[in-house]
Amino acid sequence: MPKVDEKPRVYLEEFRVKNAPEDYGMADEKWSLKKFVKKLRIVIVRMDSFEMEFDLIGIQPAFANAFRRLMLSEVPSMAIEKVMIKNNTSIIQDEVLAHRLGLIPLKADPRLFEYRPEDATEGTEFNTLEFSLKVKCSTNKNQPKDSFRTDDLYENHSVYSSQIKWHPISNQATVHKEQDIGPVHGDILISKMRPGHELDLHLVAVKGIGKDHAKFSPVATASYRLLPEVTITRDVHGDEAILLQSCFAPGVIGLDSEGKAYVREARYDMCSRNVYRYDEIKDAVILSRIRDHFIFNVESVGAMPPNIIFIEAVKILRDKCKSILDELNKFN
Amino acid sequence: MGEINKKQNDWDSSKGLREPIKALEDKWKLVPSFLEVKGLVKQHIDSFNYFINVEIKKIVQANEKVFCESDPLFYIKYLNAYVGTPDLEEGFNVSKRTTPHECRLRDMTYSAPITVDIEYIRGNQRVIKNKQLIGRMPLMLRSSNCVLTNKSDYELAQLNECPHDPGGYFIIRGQEKVILIQEQLSRNRMIVDEFKGAIQCQVTSSTHEKKTRTNVIVKNGKYVLRHNALSDDIPIAVAFKAMGICSDQEIMQLVGTDDTIVKKMAPCIMDCHNLKIFTQNQALAYVGSKLKVKRFQTGNAKARTPIDEARDLFATIILAHVTVENYNFYVKAIYLAIMVKRVIEAENNKAAIDDPDYYGNKRLELAGSLLALMFEDLFKRFNWELKSIADKIIPKVKAAPFDIVKHMRPGLIANGLFAAISSGNWTIKRFKMERHGVTQVLSRLSYISALGMMTRVNSQFEKTRKVSGPRSLQPSQWGMLCPSDTPEGEGCGLVKNLALMTHITTECSEEPIARLACNAGVEDVRLLGGEEINHPAVYMVFLNGNILGVSRQYKRLIKVFRMFRRRGLISAFVSIYPNHNQRTVYICSDGGRLCRPYIIVEKGYPLVQQFHINDLNRGIRKFQDFLNDGLIEYLDVNEENDSHIATREADIDPYVTTHLEIEPFTILGVCAGLVPYPHHNQSPRNTYQCAMGKQAMGTIGYNQKNRIDTLMYNLVYPQCPMVKSRTIELINFDKLPAGQNATVAVMSYSGYDIEDALILNRASIDRGYGRCLVYKSAKTTMKRYSNQTSDRILGPSRDAATGKVIRAHEILDIDGIAAPGEMVENRQVLINKQMPPATLNPVTQGQPQQIDYKDVPITYKGPVESYIEKVMVSSNSEDAFLIKILLRQTRVPEIGDKFSSRHGQKGVTGLIVQQEDMPFNDRGICPDMIMNPHGFPSRMTVGKTIELLAGKAGLMEGKFHYGTAFGGSKVRDVCAELEKHGYNYHGKDIFYSGLTGEPLEAYIYSGPVYYQKLKHMVQDKMHARARGPRAVLTRQPTEGRSRDGGLRLGEMERDCLIGYGASMLLMERLMLASDAFSADICDACGRLASRAWCHACRSSAAVSSIEMPYACKLLFQELASMNIVPKLTLKKYC
Repeated sequence: MPKVDEKPRVYLEEFRVKNAPEDYGMADEKWSLKKFVKKLRIVIVRMDSFEMEFDLIGIQPAFANAFRRLMLSEVPSMAIEKVMIKNNTSIIQDEVLAHRLGLIPLKADPRLFEYRPEDATEGTEFNTLEFSLKVKCSTNKNQPKDSFRTDDLYENHSVYSSQIKWHPISNQATVHKEQDIGPVHGDILISKMRPGHELDLHLVAVKGIGKDHAKFSPVATASYRLLPEVTITRDVHGDEAILLQSCFAPGVIGLDSEGKAYVREARYDMCSRNVYRYDEIKDAVILSRIRDHFIFNVESVGAMPPNIIFIEAVKILRDKCKSILDELNKFN
Repeated sequence: MGEINKKQNDWDSSKGLREPIKALEDKWKLVPSFLEVKGLVKQHIDSFNYFINVEIKKIVQANEKVFCESDPLFYIKYLNAYVGTPDLEEGFNVSKRTTPHECRLRDMTYSAPITVDIEYIRGNQRVIKNKQLIGRMPLMLRSSNCVLTNKSDYELAQLNECPHDPGGYFIIRGQEKVILIQEQLSRNRMIVDEFKGAIQCQVTSSTHEKKTRTNVIVKNGKYVLRHNALSDDIPIAVAFKAMGICSDQEIMQLVGTDDTIVKKMAPCIMDCHNLKIFTQNQALAYVGSKLKVKRFQTGNAKARTPIDEARDLFATIILAHVTVENYNFYVKAIYLAIMVKRVIEAENNKAAIDDPDYYGNKRLELAGSLLALMFEDLFKRFNWELKSIADKIIPKVKAAPFDIVKHMRPGLIANGLFAAISSGNWTIKRFKMERHGVTQVLSRLSYISALGMMTRVNSQFEKTRKVSGPRSLQPSQWGMLCPSDTPEGEGCGLVKNLALMTHITTECSEEPIARLACNAGVEDVRLLGGEEINHPAVYMVFLNGNILGVSRQYKRLIKVFRMFRRRGLISAFVSIYPNHNQRTVYICSDGGRLCRPYIIVEKGYPLVQQFHINDLNRGIRKFQDFLNDGLIEYLDVNEENDSHIATREADIDPYVTTHLEIEPFTILGVCAGLVPYPHHNQSPRNTYQCAMGKQAMGTIGYNQKNRIDTLMYNLVYPQCPMVKSRTIELINFDKLPAGQNATVAVMSYSGYDIEDALILNRASIDRGYGRCLVYKSAKTTMKRYSNQTSDRILGPSRDAATGKVIRAHEILDIDGIAAPGEMVENRQVLINKQMPPATLNPVTQGQPQQIDYKDVPITYKGPVESYIEKVMVSSNSEDAFLIKILLRQTRVPEIGDKFSSRHGQKGVTGLIVQQEDMPFNDRGICPDMIMNPHGFPSRMTVGKTIELLAGKAGLMEGKFHYGTAFGGSKVRDVCAELEKHGYNYHGKDIFYSGLTGEPLEAYIYSGPVYYQKLKHMVQDKMHARARGPRAVLTRQPTEGRSRDGGLRLGEMERDCLIGYGASMLLMERLMLASDAFSADICDACGRLASRAWCHACRSSAAVSSIEMPYACKLLFQELASMNIVPKLTLKKYC
């Protein structure tokens, strides 16, 4: 056994995941803000406008999970909710078309909008975005001879998300810039058409949350994993070391100049536990994960940068706590 | 087995010395190449092509002359017959070419005219008339005369037809009908079987005219001939004498002169002596006396003596398929003698009894031969009708000469054929044959269900009989019929499906084969005596059940025949095989035999070599070339059993093996071919999948959006399975899929997953998983009536007060038909049709009469609204307006919808869970579906676990894995791929609970599995009722969901309540909630009174009112009407 430090662990055994024997779960710990503040650490590992990886260290899984859940289902975003079909002569069915349009991620920042009241018949500039999609497919008048490529034969044979046009309501044009509103990706294929097919749609986007429908989720996915830890318990040399190295993701196990295996960076391990397939080196490692070290991975759909999404999630949790406290305080 | 000289020398190790035969690479490519020309539905098409191009001419020729009794000079002679190209008659002899899709949409029949060239007498002249229409022939799609044959995909698309549609069915009045393959015992063959302990030899003879059954049976230790036309059994010796074999010695020589045979035959010969029958005439007189008395004797038949009748009986009815020329019965006598001999052999040796379930003794009847029977019957009736018209009209004196052509009604043959196909009732008068359910409506639930239906084989065997023999898997089914694909329940083992490479032969002409046989040393039996025929050195040769002759060198005969067949000098489907026990050689060229191609192995090496396959890959060699070059040949079941077939190259034994299997997975059929790794599954699971694959929704064809079916299920986003099989590619299932790859986690979740229930991910559903489209159609016709009135459609009605369109008519267009794109709710009108009253006098001219039209609207029914996809207005074959409306619903999976994997593992949705509550793994993957692991141990569907692994590895590699039967990607390779990509070798990952956020204690087996959405959905089944309609007669609640019926408290439920003693509850359920009725009873007489007045007592003094079920009151009244008086005695209750 390695020396027991204060880090809580789960052990990845061959056939099951086991908590450390002395670990009774962090829920039992008495909450102390001081201790928590001392332990809590956030390290941003990687971030761009769509994806972020960061470590949340020293926190209970309940919190980490709450943030994950909130990002998935309660951080709002804008999505097309209503499609008025004025004309649809394409082969795609009205409902399916509407469903596809709904899933197109929009750039519009949900923080700048309000929820639309359920009983509202008309949207206002503060809660609604209106778009239109008007495409008509026709035969290409000056098509090159002997070409059978659809691109040459027809015009507008494929409808892409870039063809969605924003129609600002009253003051919206001054508040928002056009490039900040429309679809995140312009190359999403909505429908294919042939001459004679026509789409004339009026689209209404509103603010909503992922709990309602997955299209309102601001993330493609948000999830975490626990930090892996690999401990080598005995010396592993030569062929065994190479075998050991091959059992882990690249970069996890290093070989020193003498061909002895050492743990270089356990973070990269995929926890495939393939060591257990080899009886000869099975006993040489202990696989475990740190229970309060969460490696978050947030993939934004594009409306908000991932760090903002996380902060929004934290805010929602804060507001929820506040509201429950308010409710409880009523009885005091 | 005597055939094979196993050279088992001491150094059997020679096998080891040989260079091992390399397995041919890409040998499976022969299968698609085969499927281009044969297999799947081609047998239907081949058979139908044979019928319309060859057999119909033969039938017309066989019935070519029609005479009439009133004019000896009059005749009609058919010179030739043709089936034309499909068209529609538009009246006034104008016809228009048509396409199958037009017929489907317009409820027409896809048919072609049958025309004949005739020569007949008009007045005194001989007239030849060409192209005379005599009827119409329903056309099989993709048959030689169909517009779809030899069309490119582009041309098919222009005809609104799916290029993957197999064809092989008919379109009758807009309905797609399949003539199922019928399985029956082969005709004209001797079958020795044991019937109630007695051995009998049975021959069902079938010729164009007759179908009779002749038996030789053992009765009191003697052999007798039994036949339906005879009232009593005839001693066999008498039969021989009746056929002109008068001397006892000759009879014995024909049957055989072995001691055992002589001993057995002696009593029969004695019998004949006891009856004092010595000459042919005496025998015939005896037989004549046993004839069944015919009821209706025609005029000229009266003159015939019983002897003549008996002679005719032997000539044409008994063993009808053995032809008799000039009353020379010799060949027939030999045939009868062989029958007797077979019985004797079977008595001595039970092994000689034939197995009627053996597939060599079976013939499959296809659309062509069934239609031929029907057509011949109708054609005969047509001719008979012509004859009776001629009989009637010719004697009359007329101005114009009698022209028979004017009396030819094409309707008889056309309607006869249409009615037979559309009803499935095959009534053949001359055979006294009546069969039901020959045709079925082509199931278009999914592409697989349509394809599966085309390969279905129906057995003639009664479904209710409880015998296991015909139902159990026969070893001779190997490779011919799918071992997995059979329904559960009453049709189990009786309804079968063809395997992938099976072909069913069509008949080919016998004469060249007979001639070839004679040249190969077969001697005519007519020149030989009994002693020579039964000589031990001699093998008797049969051609299609008829005696052809005897051969002294049967081995050479067989060798020559096979050589000729491999050289292509005789048809590839002629089979020849010896039977050493019977010392016979059978040659078969008849239709309906199951056969299958095999690679020929010579001297231990398969003739197909790698360069042949390479040529095939390059496209410079086709399947036919393999046949032509004698590398591959077709073997039917009988010949297959005379061959030694190696499954793999490694199994070839150089001294024994004669053939090599092309690909082992072809023993499975179309439906079983979809299952990945079926060889790892418990066999019933594959059978279940075969049944469920037909209920899976997905795509039914590229033309599905152009179809207006009464019911059609489509998946919005169908996917090709991650784990394919060769069969899937061969039948284009990957292009017309029915299912989606769901990421499945095998774990327990929440308890809503017990009993095979599935947990679905809400986000997956939101993103389109399992979303399906349901199309239903409504249709109506606008009829025109004889009294000059017709149906009409009115525009939407308006409310008199507000001037608004009434709610029921909200969706109607101005023309009174619902507008496309509108949403229809329950009870809204789709077509506002009105009908004139039925009894209306003809409208008098000039005075437009006010007609009181009756509303007969077509309304929409259903708890969930639909959208109108499209409206079609056309006309049908009766020139009436035809309006079809296609309605659409998009359905999202909900709790209770049924899903199934491809391993017979069905389950309903038990719970739909938000994505955040679902477990997730290290990579953030959240499963689409959670399946309970309890589904595995008892089902033993190991194939499913492998599918999951292979699918997961395929995702990583970006390729499809193959789960082909008896092959496919190996688990070891698949797992190695997973490991390469950093996954656990066993496919188990760490998952975190979505609820607590902590890692789950167990590793979770997860990956993609192909799931099918089955057609059973809650929305179509949900039903509840508090109150509602009641049946008129009994006043009890109606039955069934469609009638908004009540939920029955059945007998067993009633028993429970009785046992429990809940009498008041019972009373409420059975009477108050059902048909409570307050009846008046007269205390005095105990009878029912009416309105507090007893009619019997003529008083109201003692009438009291009680509650009773209305059904009870009804019973009393019905009894009273039968002169039974039920009386009630009433007592004070408390």
